[in-house]
Parts: sequence; structure tokens; C-alpha cells
Amino acid sequence: MYVIVAGGGKVGSNVTRSLLDLGHELTLIEQRADRFARLEEEFGPVVIRGDATEVAVLERAGIARPPELLLAVTGDDEDNLVISQIAKEAYGVRKAVARVNDPRNQQHFDLLGITQTVCATTSILGLVEHEVPEHGLVRLLELQKEGLAVVEVQVEGSSPAAGKKAGGLSLPSGSRLISVFRQGRTELVEPTTVLRPGDQVLAVVPTPAALDLRRALLGAPK
Amino acid sequence: MRGVVIGCGRVGSAVARGLAADGWDLTVVDEDEDALGRLGPTWRGGFVVGHGMDVTVLEEAGVADADAAVVSTAGDNTNIVIGQVLQLRYGVPTVVVRILDPARAKLYSDRGMSIVCPTQTAISSLLETVRTAAPKAAPA
Repeated sequence: MYVIVAGGGKVGSNVTRSLLDLGHELTLIEQRADRFARLEEEFGPVVIRGDATEVAVLERAGIARPPELLLAVTGDDEDNLVISQIAKEAYGVRKAVARVNDPRNQQHFDLLGITQTVCATTSILGLVEHEVPEHGLVRLLELQKEGLAVVEVQVEGSSPAAGKKAGGLSLPSGSRLISVFRQGRTELVEPTTVLRPGDQVLAVVPTPAALDLRRALLGAPK
Repeated sequence: MRGVVIGCGRVGSAVARGLAADGWDLTVVDEDEDALGRLGPTWRGGFVVGHGMDVTVLEEAGVADADAAVVSTAGDNTNIVIGQVLQLRYGVPTVVVRILDPARAKLYSDRGMSIVCPTQTAISSLLETVRTAAPKAAPA
């Protein structure tokens, strides 16, 4: 397939190398002269120099074909947003994936309809949550469009929810307990299901209320 | 009327002073606190130090109940994003965005954004001036 990569930093250059190895056709756009020189040495005519937020530069890269995939992976969130918007809305690029550098800007990407995003900071935080069990809540999946998160919570002996029926818990609105994993088996949660210490509870929750759900099940974080 | 000006450079500060003189209740946002100096010693409006991409800064500036906003930071793409955030997230009724690059200005103006493009204005007015001054110049 044909791919345009905007931004030739660590992310862009490594993605370019991998996609070229896989046999894809590609154009990489880099603005900075020093980086461009280095990239051109490695990738040759695949790299063009310019500001990928300029329509003329995108056209030189073949945006009008249009590419099957555009990756907006510069170090600047505003630029990634605008590149993705121009690609999708003005040139009908079907799939644009944008890098989010500052996780606080995620909401702007969501608002402006750039739904396919990758944020290293958020991913690393997700891994930290997974690796540090005492944190209590693991985000397994974020459904960005729906604003929902699928999370896993481990009930402890000291948790306020331990020994209580699922139907009697007061949970954040819009959230639901799906299943408990206990003694090697998974059971669907019914209102009569009693939560026990050691249970791994799978739940779906509106993303902003994830910490409220943890509080409802596990109490305030230590 | 309540207004917010994002970006207190030469353009933003002059627009802010002009609107304030018309009686607007104005708050200006800029990353650089020294930019306050551009508003002059008699400035009575608000001034928030911070980046316009930061929603806490926007909210502190009162965008939620603003009647109009002018976005004129130094970055075209920053302005494009902030302008859309003000329209879509905060429902500011009048949002005017400065974009220097004529191509992006046209693209976003076609999408319904209210844009001022000083570069395009300069190009048009220079052409117009020369054409008027030398109307008989024939193409070589």
C-alpha cells in the first residue's frame, strides 16, 4: 500500500524503515534540514523536505492519490491534528493515524474527529498500571469513540466491596460489572453475585469515571 | 459583550485594545506574561498566562460564556485547533481565526470557519495597487 509519513523523528524514521522492509511504497516528510540530510542518506528519494502542514508539500508527497494510510507523527500535536484533518477532509484519505505527544491534547483529537491516535505516555501509563498491581485498576481497553474503558479491578480483603452483593454497590452511572475471575474460573456478574477478596472484576465504565469506580470497589487509593 | 483574545502579539493586543475601547469585557491569553505590556498601562481587562491549547487556561479566560473570540497566536496550526475547540466544545458564537498560510486559510474557510488571512490580504492589495498605478502595463 501507499503510505505518507509526516515527521521523521524517532517514531517516523523507525516506522518508515519497518514499512519499507515490509515492501510498502512510502513518502516521508521532514522539515528540519539536519534531520532531512540524515534521513535522505538512509532512505534516498523516499524522503522529501518540507512542512507537512502545507498543502503544497502534502501534494508533492502524493496526498491526492490518495494514500491508503497517513501517519502524522511529528513532535507537535497541533501539526499532527491539522495534517490529519487536511488528509481526511480535503483529500479523502481513509485512514489517518496521529501521534499524541501530550496526553492532555487527546481530547482535542477526539473533538475534531481524529479517532485513531497513539500516545506513548498513555500507553506507558497503561503498562505501569498493569505491572503495579497495588494500583488496583488496570485499563485493558479504551473505546475512544464511545468514551468507555474496559478495566480490571482486584478486590482485596480491605476493599469496601468485599463481601457485598454486586446489586447493592453504588457504582458510577453508566458503569457495569461484567465478570469475576476467581479460582481459575470466570463467572458473569449477577446482582446477587457476592464479591470476595481475590476476585478479579472486569467492568466497563465511562472513561472519566474510572477512578470513581475504583473508589467504589476498593476505597480511596493508599 | 464578553470577548476572549488568544495570543497577545501585535495583532491580538491591538484587537483587544480596540474592542475594550468599544466597551467589551475582554480577557486576553498569552503564554508570555510580558505580553501584558502590549496592552498598555491602562488595561483593565483580564489577562491569563498560559497556552491556548490548555482547556484550563481557556476556561479561566471565560470562553464558556464568551460572545466572541479572536485567535491570533504565532502558529497557524495552533490557531486552527484552538478555533475549532472554541466553536465545537465551548459553542462560542463568533470565532475569528488568523491564518497566515493562504492555502490553509482557504481550506478552513471552505469548511465554514471565519478566517482572516493577512498574507492573502497583502497579496490582493499589492496586486490591486500595482494594477491601478500602472494600468497600461501590458504583459510582455
